[in-house]
Amino acid sequence: SPLAAEPLGLGRAATPEEIALWDIDVRPDGLGLPAGSGDVMTGDKIYTEKCSACHGVFGEGTGRWPVLAGGQGSLSDARPVKTIGSYWPYLSTVYDYVNRAMPFGNAQSLTHDEVYAITAYLLYLNDEVDEDFVLSSDNFAEARLPNEEAFKPDDRAEVEFAAFKEEPCMTECKPSVEITMRAAVLDVTPEETAAKAAAKAEEAQAAEPTPE
Amino acid sequence: MTDENQTGPSRRAFLTGAGAAAAGTLAGHASAQTDPAIAIHPWMQELGDGVDAAPYGMPSPHEADVKRRTVEWLTADPVSSINFTPLHDLDGTITPNGLCFERHHSGVARVDPAQHRLMIHGLVDKPLVLTMEDLKRFPRQNHVYFLECAANSGMEWRGSQLNGCQFTHGMIHNVMYTGVPLRLVLEEAGVKPEGKWLLAEGADAAAMTRSIPMEKALDDCLVAFKMNGEALRPEQGYPVRLVVPGWEGNMWVKWLRRLEVGDQPWHHREETSKYTDLMADGVARRFTWEMDAKSVITSPSPQAPITHGPGPTVLTGLAWSGRGTIPRVDVTIDGGITWQEARMDGPSTPKALHRFYYDFEWDGKPLLLQSRAHDSTGYVQPTKDALREIRGENSIYHNNGIQTWAVDADGKAENVEIS
Repeated sequence: SPLAAEPLGLGRAATPEEIALWDIDVRPDGLGLPAGSGDVMTGDKIYTEKCSACHGVFGEGTGRWPVLAGGQGSLSDARPVKTIGSYWPYLSTVYDYVNRAMPFGNAQSLTHDEVYAITAYLLYLNDEVDEDFVLSSDNFAEARLPNEEAFKPDDRAEVEFAAFKEEPCMTECKPSVEITMRAAVLDVTPEETAAKAAAKAEEAQAAEPTPE
Repeated sequence: MTDENQTGPSRRAFLTGAGAAAAGTLAGHASAQTDPAIAIHPWMQELGDGVDAAPYGMPSPHEADVKRRTVEWLTADPVSSINFTPLHDLDGTITPNGLCFERHHSGVARVDPAQHRLMIHGLVDKPLVLTMEDLKRFPRQNHVYFLECAANSGMEWRGSQLNGCQFTHGMIHNVMYTGVPLRLVLEEAGVKPEGKWLLAEGADAAAMTRSIPMEKALDDCLVAFKMNGEALRPEQGYPVRLVVPGWEGNMWVKWLRRLEVGDQPWHHREETSKYTDLMADGVARRFTWEMDAKSVITSPSPQAPITHGPGPTVLTGLAWSGRGTIPRVDVTIDGGITWQEARMDGPSTPKALHRFYYDFEWDGKPLLLQSRAHDSTGYVQPTKDALREIRGENSIYHNNGIQTWAVDADGKAENVEIS
C-alpha cells in the first residue's frame, strides 16, 4: 500500500506569531533581515564586552577559538587563515550566525541593533569599512565580502570520478614499497590519562587544524 | 561462604593466584600443563545478579575499554566538539547506541519531548506545527544508514597523525532508524512549486541550520525518532532528528525543530565558513554533500594489534558509500603490490556500513595492510595521494583515501603512509 497518498490531516496550522518567533534566518539576498542598524563604535563596545574573551581583541582568536579577522590573501598558502574577511562569501551569514548562536553559551540574547553593530565592527576589524560606518537593513545588501566569488559547486563527478572508476591493479602493482610517514613520530594520539592528554595537547597546538 | 565448608579451592586462593595449584592437587593431576582457567571459579558456585539488578543493562565490566574517546587538542571546548566510535573493538555493522560518536556545536540539548514542536513553514500551502505525538501517527519506515562526519579522517590530510582507527575513522556510526519519510511531512504542509530548497534547524543553542535541495528532501530523508529500536539518545537528537542518507553528517540536524521551504539556499555558517572544501588554488567547493566510497581495516589496527603470534589471522574492516552499496572490497597485506578480494559478510543495503573479512595465515613478518572499497556505481576508493593531487591538503573534509597500517613482527600496528 502506498505511504500516505494524500494528506492525513495531522498537526495544526502554525500562526504568523509562532512563525515569527522561530523564523530568524537570513539569506544573502537579505530575506529575513529585521529592521534595525548599528555602527562600528557601538559594535566595538559590545564586542569587547561579549566576544573578545574568546575571539581576541582584534578578532585574532584566543587559544583554539575561531579567528574572525585577517588572513586575506592566504587561501592558497600552505596554512590558510580562513576568516570572515578572507573566506566567508556573504555578510548575511555573519548576521544570521551571530544572531542565532552567539555569544557561545548565551545564544539569542542580542537585540537586532546589537547584531547590526557587531556585524559592522567585524567588517571594520577586517578592514572592509571605516570606523564611522553604520550598517542597517537599508544598506546591508550593498556590503559585500571579498571572497564571494571564490566558491564553486561540487565538481567531484567531473573532476574525480573518471579517474576513480578505473579497474584497479590486483597483482605486481609496484616493484617495492616504503613507509614514508609514521603517526608514532608525531605522537599526538591521546593516552588514557588526563595528565598525558594535557601534555600531548601542548605539543599538538601547532600540529593540525580542527575537525570542524 | 567460608573456607571450612568448601570442597573446592577457596575464593582467597583464586584471588591470590594459588587456585590453580590447589585445584590440581585436589584433582590429583598436578601438572605444569594444567590451564589455571580450568578450575572451579566463583561464578560456578555463587549466585549471580537477579533479573532486577539492571533494568537497563550495561556491557560486562571486562569491556570497559570499549568506549567513545575524544582528542582534547582538536577543539577549543568540549561542548562544540567531537568524539569517536571505537571501531577497532566492534564487529558486524550495527553500532551500539551508547558508542555512536557525538558531534555537537553547543552541547547536548536537554529537550522535553512534551515541549518539543516541529514547525514547517515558508513556501508551503499550510504552515504546520507538529507534536511528537503527531509525528508518530505518520506511516513509518525502518532503514539502516551510516552517518559519517564530513571531517572524518580530516586530521590525516597532511599525513599520518592519529594512531588508531577510532581516531582516524571513528566519526561514523550505523544504526537502524525508525522514522517518517520527510516527504510525507512536507506533503502534509503542501510544498509550493517554487519551493526548491529546505532549511532544517535544530532546537539546540547552536540552532544548527543546513540548506537541503528539495529533490533530496523528497527522496530518502527521514524524520527519525528511534535508533536501533529505542528512542534516539539525547546526544543523537532526542526526541527527533533528520536522517539524510549518504550525505555528510552535519546535515543530519538533531533536535529538529523547524523546516522552512524556500526558493534558494540560505548559505548559512555550516555551508560557507564550515563544510566547504578549500582547494589548493584558493577556490572552495561548496555543497559537497555525498560521502564517497571508503573503507578501513579495523583489526589488526593500532588499537587492535595481533597478540596471538603467527598462524591463522582474521583481518576485518568496514566499507561504505554515500552513493550505494559495497559489492567488493580489496585488501593487501604487502602495501599494495598484490591485492585479494575480501569476503563480504552481513547485510548489504545502500548507504550503510558493510563488513568484510580476509582470513589469512600470518607468517610473522611485518605487514602493510590496506583496504580498497568498490561501490555500486563503479567508484573505487582512491589513495590519499590521488586525492591530494586534485584537492591539495587544506580541504579538511571528505578524506576517503586508502588507510595503511604497518604491522611489525611483534604484531603491533601503526598508522603510516607508504610510497
